[in-house]
Order: sequence, then structure tokens, then C-alpha cells
Amino acid sequence: MTLDTVKHAESTPDTEQPYRELGLKDDEYQRIRDILGRRPTDAELAMYSVMWSEHCSYKSSKVHLGYFGKTTTEEMRSKMLAGIGENAGVVDIGDGWAVTFKAESHNHPSYVEPYQGAATGVGGIVRDIMAMGARPLAVMDALRFGAADAPDTRRVLPGVVAGVGGYGNCLGLPNIGGEVVFDPTYIGNPLVNALCVGAMRVEDLHLAHASGTGNKVILFGARTGLDGIGGVSVLASDTFSGDETGPGRKKLPSVQVGDPFTEKVLIECCLELFQKRIVVGIQDLGGAGLSCATSELAAAGDGGMHVVLDSVPLRAKGMTPAEILSSESQERMCAVVRPSDVDAFMAVCAKWDVTATEIGEVTDTERLVITWHGEVVVDVPPRTVAHQGPVYHRPIERPADQDDLQVPASLPRPQASELRDLVVRMAGSHNLASRRWVTDQYDRYVRGGTVLAQPSDSGMIRIDEETGRGVALSLDSNGRYCKLDPYEGAKLALAEAYRNVAVSGATPVAVTNCMNFGSPEDPGVMWQFEQAVRGLADGCVELGIPVTGGNVSFYNQTGTTAILPTPVVGVLGVIDDVRRRIPTGIGAEAGETLILLGDTRDEFGGSEWAHVVHGSLSGLPPKADLAREKLLAEILRSGSRDGMVSAAHDLSEGGLAQALVEACLIGQTGARVFLDPDQDAFVQLFSESAGRVMVAVPRTEELRFTDMCSARGLPWRKLGVVDPDAGALEIQDIGTFTLDELRTAWESTLPALFD
Amino acid sequence: MTARVGVITFPGTLDDQDAARAVKYAGGEAVSLWHADADLRGVDAVIVPGGFSYGDYLRCGAIARFAPVMGPVIEAAAKGMPILGICNGFQILCEAGLLPGALVRNSAMHFVCRDQWLKVDNTSTAWTTRYDQGAEILIPLKSGEGGYVAEKPALDELEGEGRVVFRYAGGNPNGSLNDIAGITDARGRIVGLMPHPEHAIDALTGPSDDGLGMFFSVLDALVAA
Repeated sequence: MTLDTVKHAESTPDTEQPYRELGLKDDEYQRIRDILGRRPTDAELAMYSVMWSEHCSYKSSKVHLGYFGKTTTEEMRSKMLAGIGENAGVVDIGDGWAVTFKAESHNHPSYVEPYQGAATGVGGIVRDIMAMGARPLAVMDALRFGAADAPDTRRVLPGVVAGVGGYGNCLGLPNIGGEVVFDPTYIGNPLVNALCVGAMRVEDLHLAHASGTGNKVILFGARTGLDGIGGVSVLASDTFSGDETGPGRKKLPSVQVGDPFTEKVLIECCLELFQKRIVVGIQDLGGAGLSCATSELAAAGDGGMHVVLDSVPLRAKGMTPAEILSSESQERMCAVVRPSDVDAFMAVCAKWDVTATEIGEVTDTERLVITWHGEVVVDVPPRTVAHQGPVYHRPIERPADQDDLQVPASLPRPQASELRDLVVRMAGSHNLASRRWVTDQYDRYVRGGTVLAQPSDSGMIRIDEETGRGVALSLDSNGRYCKLDPYEGAKLALAEAYRNVAVSGATPVAVTNCMNFGSPEDPGVMWQFEQAVRGLADGCVELGIPVTGGNVSFYNQTGTTAILPTPVVGVLGVIDDVRRRIPTGIGAEAGETLILLGDTRDEFGGSEWAHVVHGSLSGLPPKADLAREKLLAEILRSGSRDGMVSAAHDLSEGGLAQALVEACLIGQTGARVFLDPDQDAFVQLFSESAGRVMVAVPRTEELRFTDMCSARGLPWRKLGVVDPDAGALEIQDIGTFTLDELRTAWESTLPALFD
Repeated sequence: MTARVGVITFPGTLDDQDAARAVKYAGGEAVSLWHADADLRGVDAVIVPGGFSYGDYLRCGAIARFAPVMGPVIEAAAKGMPILGICNGFQILCEAGLLPGALVRNSAMHFVCRDQWLKVDNTSTAWTTRYDQGAEILIPLKSGEGGYVAEKPALDELEGEGRVVFRYAGGNPNGSLNDIAGITDARGRIVGLMPHPEHAIDALTGPSDDGLGMFFSVLDALVAA
């Protein structure tokens, strides 16, 4: 077998290379040849092909994502310590604390192998947070599956849930929230978006830079194996068709396998390294493995890098340079360390039994040079690999059927006498039913800082045990709204996540996203994407908070059927003292008054009611009013600060009826509610108008609170009272529901489907 | 003088700082113990906290029981030092032979995290004197292998000697025999339980502060001694 060295490549310019099988287009391959002035070696081809893939290079989305940067003002940026382009966004939350958070998709692997796909999705995002120098503190997950009763959902959902739980639980990170949504469009393309949040002292922020000529590059964590090398196996079979391609090798899964124990130890090891201040730069190894880590570290630093690939500790025999560079083996990190600190670095790794190996050093050559048995197999300008991938201006076209879709179907509405049954039916419907079957498989308590977790509107963790300073987080998206109007739908996702954070009493400060769409080669999908990016960015400007990072997942499509456009939006909020958090359930204090904040309009486009009762998707989604959301958040913050609000729950899918059911069940307390006689009861109960929150206010604070709302122009209406003795929810003229009846309806749906 | 309570950290231990926090909330001094050091650093009691020691890849607690720190723990146990095993710690104490029986996979076959009611059945151990006999307390349970099993003679002995300390109330979450959530040794100095009292020390971050009683109890026992 001939090693394809740079020398060899120079002398064999006409060798046919399998670049198409590796996903490169003719012109992209030619560009690589132009950059290098020769044909790439196998190892170089492996690096470029994986780094220039859609997943790593954002080649279809880049031109649109620039809109986030363009619309972010200096004022919005003022609390941002790191933003788009770094491993994760970092925000200054006060008292010397910096918080970093990011969400990432692991969709396709989770369809192929649900448990490992989901598990390694969690593992990957946690390493992104570590790479910023932070201690990971909590995870969340936004999940989408096909119809709840579809046979394949029974395969995918339990595996994904067990994977998210199995990895996160063993890692010791509380899972504090997320979403589970069913829609037939996700049947062959489930979505697994994992979010991690971490914290550090502001001065401890680490950016992924390889600075300082002579500094050592150390690979630490798990050994490198053959898992996740996916497409690069083409190179092995075409070019090195020796005995390495025996039957044992071919059976390796293309989805990586996670080892949460190794990651837990790696976290503690990294934190000790950070604390001892012996790390100059650090980068996690995720998608594209060493190709990504070495090229990104070198490109972000001030020079080049020389890597001796033979020194990489391997798990499999006979791996080729291309395979080692492309392996996506999990639980690995790469650090840049001053030569004088190498011994100290190794000692910390030894304490934690973490394998650590010096694999190279930073140079001033502006080249990334990789050698194998003394021969040069890679010699490239690192920026061309990491940052100068192709950029596409994909065709964009509003789908021809969009206008038809936006014409509301005429859906028969229930009679007054049918509303009681509808409340119960909706509470137990697939998308509104309790998520306990899922969330009870996640540890929400570990680390002892969880203040709010599912089924609360947002998750909240304490960061500082002395002062009580903490953060709240919510992940939201409604694909049906986005399908009807992706611009407005993205704004609505932002509005809901923002509101969910606000109802906890926290102040929303920053946004991340995970954009899940169909094929970028479909102009209609690109239109959805462009609209969603603009909606989200424009919404952020209106709210005055920045997007600090994000992730794009394209090709979530089976044949010509794309998933519902699903821009999952994460909002981070800050609370100066978690002891004043507002719970979701009512009944914390005796004698509370229920008040509905905001306006209810006749808005049923994309609603859960239309979906459940009529299986219909048409019309326009509810109107997003971000000025109203901002006002709501300010009122809630004042209410929390001055002890005027004892519970709050956002109104979203399923409307007021669902919010009432949940607030009663979570608080295990009954209530008596009176609808407005001048407005249609069905609209009041099931409309999904945005910008609404139900609050419980101690009777002594009622007047002060409503006066504040009136003075600031926030519409409010007294809904009723909390009734701890009733053991039931009574909606006047509609019906009385015992908590047992509601609990059975709400909690038995998922166990019946998945146990 | 404040009592010193050691909290062991194995690779893969997760709830060590929570156990240390609980000791501090109760007014004790928490001392960190490292799995690789055969040294109890002069502590008066030991907590083996929850987590997934060594990944629990072989069998829960099976590797941890051979860690260097476990030698002195077993010696101290013989002399009557109060020892508490929580969740994975309970599994480790069973593997080490300090408590009888074993923990197996939950009957529902998946991990369960929930707020669990427990009935206190023995208030004379070093870790439970602050509770009333028969009291019901609300404590988080979070485990995948929490089903308590033992051979019939061992089970009869536990029941006959009143050594079942906690039982699940309001439904058995994992298939444990006789609803057993926690047990003690013959002298009432060593207690192991699957639920996590260290996560119920403050209503802000847990379902209740019912778990604090265990840490107050051991400090009482140490001060009295």
C-alpha cells in the first residue's frame, strides 16, 4: 500500500480521486487544487471534504446568517463576551459571572440509531461548553417525532429519551426542560436538539486559539477509533483496498458511540486544568474530529501548526491518516499548552486517569503540516480548511402553494355544550399531554442547583450559592406556525421562549437557535429558511437582545417531503436571586386571584385545536407583538421583585384552557374561573393569541398589581380565584373538572403510547 | 467542635458536592475523600454519595468497592463509625458486604426520577433519630437500578430485626422487595438507601427539606459519642 504523501501527490497529479463520493462538487474539488497548487493527498481530501460539508461549513446558510450580525446593535452586544463563530456564545450576567449556552442538532444520527445518536448529541454540546472554559451546569432537549401513534415513533422516541437520559444522567448534569412535539412530517426525520448551559468567572473565559509559537498541542480524553468516519471510508476502500477492509471493519456503525463516564471524568479534568491556568487554547473534537480541531485551532491562532499523527492514541489497528483525521470518536479534547506547563498538564490528566498525548506544536509557518511516519501527508493553509469553504447563494422561491395554505379552511366550531369535553380531550391530546413519561427519565436534581425544571415554563438554575444569582432558559418552536408563515413563526418562537423566561421572574438577555429545515436545494425550503432567519433577527432587534450563536441543520427531508420548518429558539434570562422565582403551579399562597394579562383574539391558524379536532393546517399564525412581550416581561419582573405575583404560566398551544389545566395540576390546587360574557367562550378557551400570561396574585396585592398593569397600558382581566379546598377546576357555564379527572386525561396519554 | 463528615469521590461520582452541602446545612464540616487515597483524613463519619462510579459498566458499585479508600472505610465500619450510602453509594456498600442484598434494574426497565414518599420504619439508627416512627417524608428518587433484592433468609432477618429503615409509600417505583427503600446493619450505624436525602435539604432546590433530618441525626450521634 502506498502512502499518499504530499510528495506523492505532486508526482501523480492525474490520479483519479473519489471526491464526489465524499460529497465535493467538481468546482469545489478544483478550488482545493487551486489553493494547494496540486492535487490534495487522501488525508487532505478527507479534511477538506468534511470541513466543507454543509454541516461544518454552513455553505448554504452563511449568506443568510450574516443578517444576525448586521442587525445586532452595539447596545444589544454590550453584555456579550463571545458570539457567533466561537464554540458557544458567552454573556456577562453580573457579579463577575459569565454564562455560556448553545444548542446543537443531532437529528439524522438519532433516526439511524436513536440511543447513541441522542446520547452523543448531548455529549457534543457539553464539550462545546467546556471548550469555552466553563463548567457545564445543565442540559435541555428539544425533540420532534413523527405521529405519536406511528410504529416507527415507538422505535425512535424511547431510544432517544433513553439516550438523552442515559448520557446526561451519567454525566451528572440536570436536565431542566425542553420540548417533545409530534407531527407526521418528522416521521423519517426526528429532531434531537440538545442545549447545554455553563458558567465561569468572567476572567476564566477560554477561546479556541492556538497562540504562541512552540506551544504544545495535546490531545486528551478517549482514544481515536473507527466510529463515525462515515464517508471517508470511501477513501479506504477505493485507495487502500488491502486487508483493512475486512468484514470486521465494515460492520462499524456510522453513528458514534458515547461513553458518558469518560466525558464526566474529562469535565472534571478540564476544570482542574482551567483552574490551574495551564491551558492557552482549547477545542473540543466533535463533527470532523481532528480535521476540525487542528484546522480551527490553527486558523484562530497566530500561526501554523505541526501535528505528528503517529502519536495519536488509537483504538483500532491499521487506521489510515485520513481515517484518524476524520474519526468522530467521542469524548476527546485538544489543548494548546506552554512547554513549561506540559508536565503539570499531564499530572492533572494522570490524576483523573485521562489519556493525554502531545501530538504537535504551534509554529509560525502559517501552514498546518501533518506528518505520518516522518512523511508529510497534509500541508495546507489552515484558514482554507476551517473558514474559507464554499459559499452558496441557493435559489430562493416562495412556494407556489403558500398563498393557498394561508387561506383559512372553514372549520366547524364546537357548540357551547361540547366545550367541557373539549377541555379534557385537548388536555390529553398528543402534543399537550404531560411529558412526565419522558422527563421522569431525566435526573433534574443532580448538582443541587435546580430551582425550576419541567413541567415549569422554563428551567432555572442557581449559579452563585452565596448571592442566589441564577439563569432561566427556555427552548421553543412551533413548526406549524412556521409552515404557515416562517417569518412570523420564527418571531413567535422567540416570543414564546422570551415569555417563558419572563414568567419565571428572570430578565431575558440573550438568544441561541437551532434551525432545522429540509433540503437547501429546494428553493421553497431556502425561502422558509431566509424568512425564519429574518423573523428571528428582526424580533431580536425589537426585544433588544442579541443572538449569541446557533446551529443549522438542513436536509431534514424524506424524498420531496420536508419537515415543518422548525427554528428552535433558546432564550437565556438572568435573575439576581433565584429565591424570588415565580413558580408555574398555583396554590403556593392561600387566597390568590387569577388574572389574565394580554389580549385574546380569534386566532386559530396553526392551532392545536385545528390540528387535533380537524387535522387541519391553514390560515395565518397568531400575530406576534414583541413590544407587548417586552411590556409583559417588565410587569412580571416588577411583580416578582415586589412579591406581587405568586405564580405565572404562559398561554401558548392549547390556549387558556390548557394553561388552567396545567396550573391547577402542577400546583395540585383547584380554581374557580369566570369567562368574559361579552366574548365567545370557545375563543377565550382555545385561541392561541400570543403575548398572554396567566398570573396568580395574593389578594392583598391585587389592587397594586392591576393598577400597575393599567398604568403601563397592559390589558388585564380578572379570571377568578384559586380554590385550594375545591379539589377541582370550575369554569363557570362550561363545567367542573375534578383534579383527578384532569390528571388522568393529562398524564395517561404518553404511558399508554410508550409503556 | 464540629463533627467532620467525609464524602468520597470516585471517578463518576455525581452527588458528592450535594452530600457535602447537606452536611454543611446541618452544621457539620464536610471533608472531601479521594477514591485513590487509603486515608479517611480523621473524619467521624463517611458518606458514599450517588453517581455512576467507574461508569457502572460492570455492575453498579462492583469496581468501586475495590478502591483504595474502601479499605479504611470497611475497617472504620467494623469499629462502629456511622456510614451512609446513597443510591450508587448504597450499591457500593452492598457490593462491599457492609449491607446485605443487592440492587437490580427497575421493574419498569428505565431510569426513574421522581419525588418519592418514604415511610420511616426505624428511628434508632445513627442517621434517623431525628425522625418520628412512621413519619412520611418526601425525597427525590433517581436511579435505573434501584430494585432492592435479597435472599429470603437475609430478608427475613432484616424484617425480623427491624432493620428496614425506609419503605416506599404511595406506590413501589422500582420493584423493590417489601417496598424496601433503605436498610441498616445490625448495629444501626450503617445505612444505605436509594432515594437522595441530600437533594431534599431546601424547598428551593428540592421537593422538601425532609432529607436534612438524616444529617442532623448523624451530627447528634457524633456529638453524643
